[in-house]
Amino acid sequence: MTDFSRLGVAAIRDGVADGAFKAVEVAEALNARVSAAKALNAFILETPEKAIDAAQAVDADRAAGKPLGKMAGVPIGMKDLFCTEGVQTTAASHILEGFVPTYESTVSANLWKAGAGMLGKLNMDQFAMGSSNETSYFGNVVSPWRRNDGGKAALAPGGSSGGSSSAIAARLCPAATGTDTGGSIRQPAAFVGISGIKPTYGRCSRWGVVAFASSLDQAGPMARDVRDCAIMLEAMAGFDPKDSTSLDLPVPAWEVGLNSDLKGKRIGIPKEYRLDGIDEDIAKMWDNGIAWLKDAGAEIVDISLPHTKYALPAYYIIAPAEASSNLARYDGVRFGLRDLPEGAGLQDMYAATRAAGFGEEVRRRIMIGTYVLSAGFYDAYYTQAQKIRALIARDFDNAWASCDLILAPTAPSAAFGLGEKNADPLSMYLNDVFAVPASLAGLPAMSVPGGLSKEGLPMGLQIIGKALDEQAVLNAGLAIEQRSGFTAEAGEWW
Amino acid sequence: MSVDKDTVNKIARLSRIAISDAEADKMVGELNGILAWVEQLGEVDVIGVEPMTAVIPNTLRLRDDVVTDGDVRDKVLANAPAKEGSFFGVPKVIE
Repeated sequence: MTDFSRLGVAAIRDGVADGAFKAVEVAEALNARVSAAKALNAFILETPEKAIDAAQAVDADRAAGKPLGKMAGVPIGMKDLFCTEGVQTTAASHILEGFVPTYESTVSANLWKAGAGMLGKLNMDQFAMGSSNETSYFGNVVSPWRRNDGGKAALAPGGSSGGSSSAIAARLCPAATGTDTGGSIRQPAAFVGISGIKPTYGRCSRWGVVAFASSLDQAGPMARDVRDCAIMLEAMAGFDPKDSTSLDLPVPAWEVGLNSDLKGKRIGIPKEYRLDGIDEDIAKMWDNGIAWLKDAGAEIVDISLPHTKYALPAYYIIAPAEASSNLARYDGVRFGLRDLPEGAGLQDMYAATRAAGFGEEVRRRIMIGTYVLSAGFYDAYYTQAQKIRALIARDFDNAWASCDLILAPTAPSAAFGLGEKNADPLSMYLNDVFAVPASLAGLPAMSVPGGLSKEGLPMGLQIIGKALDEQAVLNAGLAIEQRSGFTAEAGEWW
Repeated sequence: MSVDKDTVNKIARLSRIAISDAEADKMVGELNGILAWVEQLGEVDVIGVEPMTAVIPNTLRLRDDVVTDGDVRDKVLANAPAKEGSFFGVPKVIE
């Protein structure tokens, strides 16, 4: 009997289309795996009936000879940042606990239209603010990976899309949605040895996605290989009149366009990413990545992105500023939690509701954002950060004169343990140092597995491309995937 | 620039987030740590640089001036924590 947990998106889609098995068999098998993996805490809400309903519809369509969608019969996990009609959507927060949207996000609607089914809503960092999945109101997500020292230390699955990464690495689902504001698809993908791509800003509609920092937020797929990411991104992307920053462009046929022959491609290696004291394993993986791309026919060139060191501090002004504005909507009046102390007026109700409903990291970021936007500080902080953002984007533009793609590590280290970086918010923020520049510039960027650290933990290689050139990013990802020989998996302890 | 406890309390008020005295004390250190770190942005020469407004060049679209949505009162009210009839309920604001 087929072990459906071993099949990826393409294999499930093709098997269902060929009649090798029924979509319902896949849904049943994965529902059972999801429900047996509670120790990972990857799901906030399981929706087995949704997975079955979608699968039955696909099986019926096939029996009737109707054409099947790009994701027909593929059960996926949905990050709990996407509003799903009739299904609780919390952004992993207390303030939205019990919120049941009366509408469906464009990206999730696109996926259901393509024939995918929903296994459940995935845990994440609260309002997507975090890099370790420790800010969720519904508890930490645990990575399926453990260090090779025989210990049982619980490791971070990365964040903010940590439920997505954990569930895919544990083979609870072949793929899941993620969102990336400053690395939230790529860093968790790197931490658990899977692939994930953040497309160009504007490719995937933000409509119905709980907003964090609107000029940065971008949805994308996470899966176990590059082809599966290409398939799912095709299903997710597309113009949406309901999102004012949605790009009115056709969706390329990324899967058909996959080609790992990189002859004629120039790969830039940014010297500023080779930080003093860079982790030895990460540096070695990066060198391997360079060798693999060379082997695929690419030419390697040294480049400079001179404003790289300012990307992270600029991000930690811009993202909280936008968040403080976006999260003003949680007022205890229209939806979500209300905390009305005895005899309190409207203003007290707002303050009490928001204090009770937002977690510590969310409150911290709202307050930073409020401060940098407040009278007298706006120019010194916010305007300055937006100017530096323009310089970071210009760095990339200049680099494209001498290269077509950029190769760098995804994160400065392999996964750390839950609780190890909690004491100081800054040390947690530094985890996104390699991921944030591409976010600020709106560029497509992908993480693919690059090898294991000395501790036996996955590390990720990041490929950054020109705006709208997801195809080149995916192709380089495929070239690495074919050469890295990455087959390691987490042992099934849960 | 650094913040003191009064400033933290003011930011909390502007943010409409109630904080206790102990939380304000803790926040002073945390915010100052973060602000000291972002201070380095001041050393970048930004003369003549326009602040970024759109990350991918895009023009704002105009749509036809017609009603495309609405008539969904019950959906809008469905998640209200304290709805009263067909209205959002709030504490009394006018004496």
